[in-house]
Amino acid sequence: MAVFMQSLISGILIGGVYALIGIGLTLIFGVMRVINFGHGDILMVGMYLTYLLFTYLGIDPFVSVLITFPLMFLFGGFLQKVFINRVLNAAAQNQILLTIGLGLIMSNTVMLIFTSDYKILSTSYSSATIQVGGGVSVSTPLLISFLITAGITAALYWFLLKTDTGQAIRATAQDREAAQLMGINVKRMSILAFGLGSALAGTAGALIAPTYYIFPQVGAVFTLKAFVITVLGGMGSVVGATLGGILIGITESMSAVYISSGWKDVVVFVLFLLVLLFRPSGLMGKSRT
Amino acid sequence: MLRIDKLNFAYGDLKVLWDVDLEVHEGEIVTVVGANGAGKSTTLKNISRLVRPGSGTIRFLGQDLGRLQPHQVVEAGLIQVPEGRRIFPEMTVMENLRMGSYVKGTRGDRERNIAWVFELFPRLREREKQLGGTMSGGEQQMLAIARGLMGNPRLLLLDEPSLGLSPLLVKNIFDILTGINRQGVTILLVEQNVYQSLRISHRAYVMETGRVVLTGQGDELLANDHIRKAYLGM
Repeated sequence: MAVFMQSLISGILIGGVYALIGIGLTLIFGVMRVINFGHGDILMVGMYLTYLLFTYLGIDPFVSVLITFPLMFLFGGFLQKVFINRVLNAAAQNQILLTIGLGLIMSNTVMLIFTSDYKILSTSYSSATIQVGGGVSVSTPLLISFLITAGITAALYWFLLKTDTGQAIRATAQDREAAQLMGINVKRMSILAFGLGSALAGTAGALIAPTYYIFPQVGAVFTLKAFVITVLGGMGSVVGATLGGILIGITESMSAVYISSGWKDVVVFVLFLLVLLFRPSGLMGKSRT
Repeated sequence: MLRIDKLNFAYGDLKVLWDVDLEVHEGEIVTVVGANGAGKSTTLKNISRLVRPGSGTIRFLGQDLGRLQPHQVVEAGLIQVPEGRRIFPEMTVMENLRMGSYVKGTRGDRERNIAWVFELFPRLREREKQLGGTMSGGEQQMLAIARGLMGNPRLLLLDEPSLGLSPLLVKNIFDILTGINRQGVTILLVEQNVYQSLRISHRAYVMETGRVVLTGQGDELLANDHIRKAYLGM
């Protein structure tokens, strides 16, 4: 029982970070109908940013979120304004090529500067744990990152549901032309959405930096993961991506404990295929009519 | 107030508007009637700048709309209630109304405008928390008009508000439009329901295959032989 609780709690904790990655991707897709295949690379940039802030300025990775979030927001807004906005009406394959290309440029630029050596960001608490009773212990960095994730997610929900700008982002996602007729500047909303999506991915990168290896190609894994989470939850659904992220986290953690850590990705993809088979539009998705 | 001069427009190689001239004066209800594909909706899309501009000029209160982005047209006080209602399906009635007053200058009047549209459409007050996408066609049309009114329109454009509604509801909607007009909102209406719309209009334009073929006062046109034969089946 303790083992079960242990892996369930770890799964939820890591799932929180996955949710952050997935929400970023789904937000971008919802507003622009563009799948950002450079999403993991944006996360990777966030990781390196955190690494730099820690190594050269001694800023704690969790504190550095305060710097990473706004910087990655600006970076994403820049990508949208300069590149993505130009292909919004282009064919899907052109948009995909553009985002893959941007991702490649990011990972290769980072490789040029830092080489492809693995970097490790080790803090005093990197391997610390906290006992929560019943023989269950949780990793301290994972717990802190989960709390930050929960805070950011709650703030994001509030922003999207309660503020005029947040509602305008949702309106643009639901009907772009009708949104224009409300006086909403949809180009601006696209910049905001891509900025926010990038800030969330970058923040996720900062949060996992103390527990993951940092290298230029690390993004590819997360792009795939983000894609699975988003499709699982229903493309464009923020609630779906939140649930999808947690679900993937639990699945990974459970299968690592009960089967083998080598099989966890297989289990995730089998689950993914099953959901698609029985609910093709995802958990919270609307079937397209 | 609104003046269109020699508007020409094409979707790719398909020309749909030919030298359209149209004028709306302050305080009027002006209707554009015509069959499906006559170019009525395309004219409205041009006014709201939802399509790439064709040739010709569109001026609103002396301002050339040709230079503006769609959201700037709304900021100028020219609001369109689009064909097919285009309610935000995943947002509640209240959220849809709030989006109607997204433009900064109108947010201050939000509470007053909500009270006003709830008075016009009491049904919406009952449905305040319901998601837009789950409402009936008639309710959605009421919401679409109410949402348009939330933005303090100087000129309200309506594209086929009677589409798909029962005759009773159509009469109801048109009565409300007359009422809104008496309260000072100028209206440009595009309709296939020729009889009802001409009845409430001060002036009307008849469009056929992308051209304005006839123009006059509402009651004049209702008595016109061509109109009676082609559109009213008399």
